[in-house]
Formats: sequence, structure tokens, C-alpha cells
Amino acid sequence: MAIGDLLVDVSGVAKHYGEGETRVDALRAVDLQIHAGEVVAMLGPSGSGKTSLLNIIGCIVDPSAGRLVLDGETVFDGRWLRGNLRQLRLDKIGFIFQAHNLLPFLTAEENVSVVLDLAGWKPAAAQTRARELLDYLEVGHRAGVKPAHLSGGEAQRVAIARALANRPRIILADEPTAALDSVRAQLVMDLLRKLAVEQEACILTVTHDEKIFDRFDRLIHLRDGRLSAE
Amino acid sequence: MNLALKDIRHSLFRFILTCFGLGLLMTVVLAMIGIYNGLVSDALAAVKAPRADLWVVEANTQGPFAEASSLPAATRDAVARLPGIAEAGAITYQTIEAQHGTQTLRLYVIGYERGRPGGPSTVTEGRGLGRSHYELVADRKSGLEVGDTIRLGRNRFTVVGLTEDAMNSGGDPAVFMTLSDAMALQSELDPAAERVRAARGAASPDASNVAAVIARIEPDADVARVAATIRQWKHLGALTQAQQEELLLASVVDRARRQIGLFLGILLTVSAVVIALIIYTMTMEKLKQIATLKLIGAPDRTILGLIVQQALILGTSGWAIGLSLILLVKDNFPRRVVLEPTNALVLAGIIVGVCIVASGLGIRAALKVDPATALGG
Repeated sequence: MAIGDLLVDVSGVAKHYGEGETRVDALRAVDLQIHAGEVVAMLGPSGSGKTSLLNIIGCIVDPSAGRLVLDGETVFDGRWLRGNLRQLRLDKIGFIFQAHNLLPFLTAEENVSVVLDLAGWKPAAAQTRARELLDYLEVGHRAGVKPAHLSGGEAQRVAIARALANRPRIILADEPTAALDSVRAQLVMDLLRKLAVEQEACILTVTHDEKIFDRFDRLIHLRDGRLSAE
Repeated sequence: MNLALKDIRHSLFRFILTCFGLGLLMTVVLAMIGIYNGLVSDALAAVKAPRADLWVVEANTQGPFAEASSLPAATRDAVARLPGIAEAGAITYQTIEAQHGTQTLRLYVIGYERGRPGGPSTVTEGRGLGRSHYELVADRKSGLEVGDTIRLGRNRFTVVGLTEDAMNSGGDPAVFMTLSDAMALQSELDPAAERVRAARGAASPDASNVAAVIARIEPDADVARVAATIRQWKHLGALTQAQQEELLLASVVDRARRQIGLFLGILLTVSAVVIALIIYTMTMEKLKQIATLKLIGAPDRTILGLIVQQALILGTSGWAIGLSLILLVKDNFPRRVVLEPTNALVLAGIIVGVCIVASGLGIRAALKVDPATALGG
């Protein structure tokens, strides 16, 4: 695989909660680089720091120390360098959730176009883009359906469409196949890989799903807040 | 994309039910405002009806509404001759109960001199009093119709006309009759009682006294000066129209007015708490969705808009439902419910304010929610 742009560059990132005797070190000087086109799995036992690292890369949680560069922009270096982290997430990062977290009061198409609406797209353009993505993910025929009436696989594909809507180059996924059977899980991973290549994006996934390990370019292991091996 | 409307549409039935519940609460609030206004309006109706400038009453009394007042009927002639007086009329008030068909009517009898101040302000059906005796003009709320007859005291009266909004401070509908009939009604005893009185050789009750003399003054006359002139007669007191109205509100209906006002305050407070609770609950149910919105990049204004717009839609819908319901049922209340457009507008303003303040609790919870809660694991 040809190595693309460096999209995620984590250097010496640490995260601790509490102080003194109650201090818990969730991450200890973690270094991680992910390039465009890469699909990376993050593994580790519960409490190993996976979620903390995912949240830091997703600009949801403040690191205690270190440096974070996303898509060529240094966003954290001892402090956040951008005031509006939500805009940063909107511009650069797409999230895929274990429980897909679609907004129940919006249709599949609206769940995708809401991101574009937030990003300032015109309604017609947002609708076209949402429809294109849903068609691409083979759920275009379910565009007008609300999440409660979608199957698990359909809902996950809508969630992927939402994550990709604003063309982010960093996709963070938290157990995206946990609710799917093995066949659908493989299909979703194949789809993510295809999107990563086509959109020159990278995908970092927290997973425990061994049946899809072979679909990743890299497996990284977190143990006691440290990257133990790749 | 309007998320507030989309969310409402998603659970429309539940939202409508909530609005309806709030609307019923608003109906009660508006009813209390209307009853409060009605109480004041009813209390003032009898005072305002004669369109008087001056009320001449018994000295050292605050009659004829706050206290009993009794004057010789001839006082009218003395008052009418004073400089500055355009016209004057003697008047009596009494409350009686009378049978009409199977109903017992409680009526506020106003006796006045035909062609002089004190009669009904308008006659909406039929005609005014045309004969000296045994005719009356009744308030429509009495249930009497033109042509009906009713026995009052020892005589039977015919209803010749109907008027509206004429009642005493207790809400009893008024009937207008000639002063002589009213004075006779006041003084004539039941035949059996009359026989007993005659056997005892007691004097007849004084049938020549009236409750007050009302006067209208010349356009260029000074009311206060005319009143001061009348007070120089030691046996007479004089109150201006404004003093009479103040007196009535301060003494006769003040306690009831304050009671309703306090109840109205409690109702508004309860409404505010209910609205706050509904909005807070609606927001708490959406915390996961709000966390998701924050995670995918929604700014605070989008989340504030979602909560505040829903709160305002809820509040204004509840207000509109409440207003519609009270307008539909207000005429079925036993006492008058008087709603002015300003009352409805002021309540709308209060509801909007309450909704915005009540949204504060929900907004606080929404802004505190960590976007990370949208992520599993």
C-alpha cells in the first residue's frame, strides 16, 4: 500500500484523571501515526485507554500532555490551539458509533444531511450529497425511512454515510461491527476500506471483533495506557 | 433544517397531548383573570350605570353601596336647584328574591325616576319604562324575557325591556322599576304582617326615603366645588363618581379581589413550574441525541435553538388552546368572565418569558452534557 499523507500524528500524549492518591493514568506518552488510506484497529482490554485515546484524537477530551496534529494542522500542543473544537470535528473528523446513534426524529437522508447543514451547505446540495452517499452505500431506497424502521445493517450504513458526509479525512469508529453478524461485519469493513482509499481518509477503529481483524492494515494494542506492540 | 420541528413531528401525538394539558392549565389561568376582571366590572356596573358625576348620600355614611344610606326623597329637588347641577334623580337599591316559574330569582331592584338619571344605560330589547307602575326593565342574565310577568312584593310586574351588564357587586342581575314602585316594594309589608302592624297600632314604615340622589353637573361646573356646597348641609354627604368607585373597590370587593389575585399568582407560579418541568424532561430525554449533535459538530446555538424553540412552541400552543377554550366556555360561568385583549397579550408575554426562563434548566443540562457520552464503551 502506498503511504499517503500523515493524517493523525499523536506525540507523547498522556492523559490522567484525578490527582495524588486518586490519580489514574489512562494514557502514558502515546505516539501514533496514521496515514491516508490506512485502516487501523485499536485493541486492548477494558480500561486500557482505548476510549481515552479515541476521544483525544476526536478532540472530545483534553490531553494532559503531548501534541496532536490532525490532517497537517497542529490542534493541541500543551493546550488546544483552536477555540472551536466542534467546528474542528465537523471539518476533519467523522464518527461511527457502536449503536450508530442516528437521530430518531430524522429520516435516513436527514441524518446524513444534518451534518452538511451544520457545515453550512445549501439544502439542495446537502440533499444531493446525502442521497449520493446513501445510494453508494446501497441504502438509497431507505432514504425517507426513520431509524426505528431500519435494520441494524441499514442503520450502520446510514451512520457511515453521516460520518463521511462532510468529506472528513479522519474517521473514528467505536465498535462499528459489534451489532452486526459476521457477514455484515465483513461487508462494513470492506466498505470502510474502500472509502478510505477512495477519499484518501484514514480509519481508526476500536474493536474486539476478531472476525474482522484480517480487514485491517494494522492492529495496535493498548495496555495500561501504553501502546504495547503493533 | 429545523431540528425542533422535526423532533415535534416525530412525537406529534405526545406533543399535542402535552400542549393540550398546558392549554387546560392556561384555561384556568385565563378564567381566573376573567373572573377577577368580572368581579371588578360587576362591582362597578351599578355605580357606572347612571353615568353620574355626584352621589348625594346620608351624612357620615359611605352609601349607598358600601353602607346603607337613607335620604328624604325631596332632597332631589333641593339638589337639582343648586348652581352647577344639570339634572338630578333620586334612586333606591334593594336585593330581593322572587319566584319565577319554578325558579327563585335573586334580583337587585333599582328604583329611579323616569326621565331622570338612574335608569338602565341601554335597552337592548323591548322598551324602557313607559308607565308609572308595574313595569320593569331586567338584565338579560336574570333569565326574564320581554312580556314575562313576575310577582314582586304585593304586585305583579311586566317585563317591558331587557338591558345588559347591570348587576350588583355580588353578581345579582338588576331590574329597573319606577322609584314609586321601588319605594312601595321597600315599605309595603306582607298582608299578614300588615294586619299585625295595624293591630299593634304601630306606624307604617317610612315610604318617603331614597338611598341616594345622583346628579350630573353642568359642563363648566367644578364637581369638587358642587360637592363641597352640598356637604354644607349637615344632613347630606357628597361623593364624586371617582370617589364612589374607589370606595366600592376598596371596601366591598377588596377582599374577594385580593383572594382571586393571590390565587391567580399561585396559578401562574404553578404554570411556570409545570412548563419548566415539561421542558426539562423533554431535554433530559434527548441528552444522548444532544451529545451526538455536539460530537458531530453542532454548535451550542443549534442545541439552544432546539430547546428554546420547542419551549416557545409548547408555551404558545398551550396559550392558544387555553384562550380558545376559555372563549368557548366563558359565557357558561355563573358569574361574568371578562377578558380584555390586553389580558391575553400580557399572559402571552408572561408565558414567553416563563418558557425562556424555564428553558434555562434544560439548556444548562444540555450544555453540560459531554459529547463523549455519545460514544459507546
